[in-house]
Amino acid sequence: MDLSIVPLLAILVSLFAVPFILLSSKKPNLRETWTILAGLIKFGLVLSLLPTALRGESVEIHLFDLAPGLPLALNADPFGVFFAIIASGLWIFTSFYSIGYMRGAGEGKQTRYFASFAVCLSATIGIAFSANLLTFILFYEMLTLATYPLVIHKETEKSITAGRKYLAFTLTAGLLLIAAAGMVYTYTGTLDFTPGGLFTEVDLPQHIMLIIFILFLGGVGVKAGIMPIHGWLPSAMAAPTPVSALLHAVAVVKSGVFAVIRVVGFVFGTDVMASYGLGDILIVLAGTTIIIASLLAFAQDNLKRRLAYSTVGHLSYIVLGVALLTPLGMQGGIMHIAAHATMKITLFFCAGAIYVNLHRENISQLNGIAKVMPWTMAAFTIGSMGLAGIPPLNGFVSKWYLALGSLEGDMIVPLIVLIISGLLNVGYFFPIIQRAYFRKGEGLEKHGEASPFMVVPLFSTAILSILFGLFPNLFFSFFDLASSIAATLFTGG
Amino acid sequence: MIDFFLGHYAYWFTVILLCVGLYGILFKKNLIKKTIGLSIFQVSVVLFFVSIASKWDATVTVRDSSIPVDQVANYLNPLPHTLMLTAIVVGVATLGVAFTLLIAIYNRYGTIDEQELLDEIQ
Amino acid sequence: MIETQLPAYIALTFVLFSVLIPLFGMWKKEWVQPLAVAGSGLAATLSIYGFISYLNSGPIRYFFGGWEPPIGIEFVYDGLSGFFVLVINVVAFLVLVHSRKIGPLEFPGKEMPYYALAMLAMLGFNGMLLTGDLFNFYVFLEISSLASYALIAIGEKQAPYAALRYLIIGTAGGTLYLLGVGFLYTVTGTLNMIDMAAMLPMYAESTAVVAALILMIVGIGVKAALFPMHGWLPDSYTYAASSTSALIAPIGTKVAAYILFRIMLFIFGIELVDAVAPLSTIVGVLASVGILYGSIMAIAQTEMKRMLAYSSVSQIGYIIMGLSLANPFGFAGALLHVLNHAVMKACLFMISGNLRMKEGHTDISLFDDSYRKKYPWTMASFTIAAISMVGLPPLAGFFSKWYLALGTIDNGNWLFLAVILISSLLNAVYFFRILEKVYMKNPSSEQKEPSDGVRNEVSFSMLAPTSILAMGLIVIGFMNAVIVGILLDIFPL
Repeated sequence: MDLSIVPLLAILVSLFAVPFILLSSKKPNLRETWTILAGLIKFGLVLSLLPTALRGESVEIHLFDLAPGLPLALNADPFGVFFAIIASGLWIFTSFYSIGYMRGAGEGKQTRYFASFAVCLSATIGIAFSANLLTFILFYEMLTLATYPLVIHKETEKSITAGRKYLAFTLTAGLLLIAAAGMVYTYTGTLDFTPGGLFTEVDLPQHIMLIIFILFLGGVGVKAGIMPIHGWLPSAMAAPTPVSALLHAVAVVKSGVFAVIRVVGFVFGTDVMASYGLGDILIVLAGTTIIIASLLAFAQDNLKRRLAYSTVGHLSYIVLGVALLTPLGMQGGIMHIAAHATMKITLFFCAGAIYVNLHRENISQLNGIAKVMPWTMAAFTIGSMGLAGIPPLNGFVSKWYLALGSLEGDMIVPLIVLIISGLLNVGYFFPIIQRAYFRKGEGLEKHGEASPFMVVPLFSTAILSILFGLFPNLFFSFFDLASSIAATLFTGG
Repeated sequence: MIDFFLGHYAYWFTVILLCVGLYGILFKKNLIKKTIGLSIFQVSVVLFFVSIASKWDATVTVRDSSIPVDQVANYLNPLPHTLMLTAIVVGVATLGVAFTLLIAIYNRYGTIDEQELLDEIQ
Repeated sequence: MIETQLPAYIALTFVLFSVLIPLFGMWKKEWVQPLAVAGSGLAATLSIYGFISYLNSGPIRYFFGGWEPPIGIEFVYDGLSGFFVLVINVVAFLVLVHSRKIGPLEFPGKEMPYYALAMLAMLGFNGMLLTGDLFNFYVFLEISSLASYALIAIGEKQAPYAALRYLIIGTAGGTLYLLGVGFLYTVTGTLNMIDMAAMLPMYAESTAVVAALILMIVGIGVKAALFPMHGWLPDSYTYAASSTSALIAPIGTKVAAYILFRIMLFIFGIELVDAVAPLSTIVGVLASVGILYGSIMAIAQTEMKRMLAYSSVSQIGYIIMGLSLANPFGFAGALLHVLNHAVMKACLFMISGNLRMKEGHTDISLFDDSYRKKYPWTMASFTIAAISMVGLPPLAGFFSKWYLALGTIDNGNWLFLAVILISSLLNAVYFFRILEKVYMKNPSSEQKEPSDGVRNEVSFSMLAPTSILAMGLIVIGFMNAVIVGILLDIFPL
């Protein structure tokens, strides 16, 4: 069977769902059926690319020229498939969860919500499968626009301010990315993502490389939440929780770190990064971000904001792993994309379930809730322990490889950063668990567990994180996939 | 130096007219005076074209049997003059439109003084 | 047979209809609009046909009266003029279709003069584009200008004063251009553009030639609203009737920009332009100041038409900046932007017309989310046009900025690159401000539910052109590689 059309279909399937979602706005059940149907088909399509990816091959399709010499081209390489599986797989969970959350919280304009969500997923898969920078930018900007209605969903003063902030950050980033792409195109004459980089043939002066790199960093760093340009992320928590869950733990921010890896591995190439000393810049930025974000997380009383700062920190784990420029570090970074996605989505799901069920969103109000919401809090505990890197959860595996990576590169400072931040993670998650289990709560008498629509997804993702921790190869051979991707980036150039 | 000024005296008149016109356009507050300035401005360019085509001891471009055809220096270049016929027509048309607009403005605001108009509009 | 005479037919169509309209108008008043649509439709068909025939068999030169240049006057239908002719005639056709309902509302009883003048203005614009003679260009310039002054005066109460100001500045500009032509004629003894291009290199150092060039740039700059000679534009576009703004804004300034292209790149050539003074850089800097100034002023406006007028000042800057770069990418970007901006601005001015028709005003501070319910299609078109103005992929506006950015990088002109990027952000500010108002309920307002509005969309004759243009932006975005391929062939160096 010819697979070359599959990446395109995987992108389009959720776009095709949009008109159906809009047309059935009066029938909520039918509308959500479309969402879930699209999610399942999308996941199936992405999975069908997995065997090829495991063989280390790519599925390519050139559609037409976006600009002379720059086609709209899709390339489902192993790394793209890896990211697409995470995003599309978690979309299914999120869809079920959204139904429970949106109806439970009585949110308005649900049609717009589900439609934007579908567009976001198309854009994310598009980002995963982009074969060149221009195609990538196209989907990257599409994601920015499609997320905007979700961020401002509540249409309160606060969410509109958050939306403005979000647009200001991401649109600026998009422009920097365009400038960077323009420079790369001018100097190298190509924008195709190539393992090993585009600069192998040309020898550019240090300052030009530095400018291009900083432009890229501004372009992709915003979505990846690298400090000091992470500001939009905590504000964007004004969005409904499923949005925070999928978009701010999986799709948007992971597109950012995905882009960082694309830039480091496929545009610059690890050799070039090393020879121009660009990796060190990234290490410093990522290391600082990890520590500061973890410290800032302590200061947040709002549960979602604490999770947001934790996200900022964990995104930089991935960036750090990439910046080490060693195969093991890269592998750890790539695996942490999957690990952090499953765990953080669990935590956000829990936060949303608590909000819908108890209308509480501050940590100080969470005393004793484990009594009424045992399943939710169990999942929360699993997720937070995983993020702190306690074995046998999947956060441990990726951190282990990150640590190995820094040893491989003879770097001690990143290792220390990892250890300190692990402790900080324990520090800011433990009080929440402690309050929930060991303190006496008030006003909880009339409440029970949240609706099954929410509890089932959140518990499934928690189980997923345990399973991935114990058997990294159980599903989709994720472990092998990650290590082969990392290997191509270092032998390819 | 003196030759330079005297030899191009026609052009200097053009330049003076141009400046007079420009002064009218920029500094006159009365819109009719502004329009007159515009007209002077245009006429100066028309005169410039006419003067570049002028020659001493030359005749109009009608074949004269006493002057051989190949003695180009003895015939005027007719093109700039004909061009200026068109330019003059354009100028007249512009004045027509300008005065029509002025009448419309006067009917609506009862004044054609720029300052008063601006006060009125704000 | 028809091919060789095609340039003349396009101009003659408008001559014919500008006579027919008053004749029929005296007899049957309701025929004038269909006649104008027929005239511009015929011209649009001819220009499409002409452009195809240009692509197949090269430029067309038509000698009036059979007199070959330099004695006679010729019309030249080459790539550059053919492209502009195509753009303006198609846009004018759609605008005239759109004017059917709003015309009688905004200028009752003046339909016959309006359409007759519109035909005359189009005659002037087409003549300017097609003529191959510098003096003939001046004549057409004045025909189009006189018709435009009169068209603008058919508008609100302040319109005649705005038109008079435009008349004074515009005529002064035209006269300066004529003076420049005089200088060139004294030096070269020809008025034919092709002839002059061949002769000018012999007089590269002549002061008269440089003076002529400066006079022409200044004179045409007035018409093109090049900063700081844009003063006439905001008032004229704001106080003119909606159909007039929609007709003149996308077309008038572009045609003036065309002659700058013709003079600077085709007749003089960029070496000659920069032989004595770095004129192209000066023009480029003026254009970039105009871009920023226009964008900032647009943000400060509360009236939509005025905002669009200032945005025109900024957008024309892009075109002229691309011209000043004088490299293939800058050239293609500028010409693509001619097309994009014509489509976007026509679309946006039509939308402001639609709103004036239904609401009676276009005061942005009074916009609210009932508009979304009342005018879903108009607002959808607005969203597309606005996003394209901001320059997000895959819409048309992104690609012209992309090529312009490539052009600036090619020249190593970082300042211009920064201007393009910053102005995109400024565009985002003033368009998202409106989108926010239209799609979201006002958070400070008392009412909790979105303002109710019964669907009250404008009539089909107004909606169809608006939506066609909006769809056009998407099509141009995806097809830009084809268009740019053609445009790059036109580049003269």
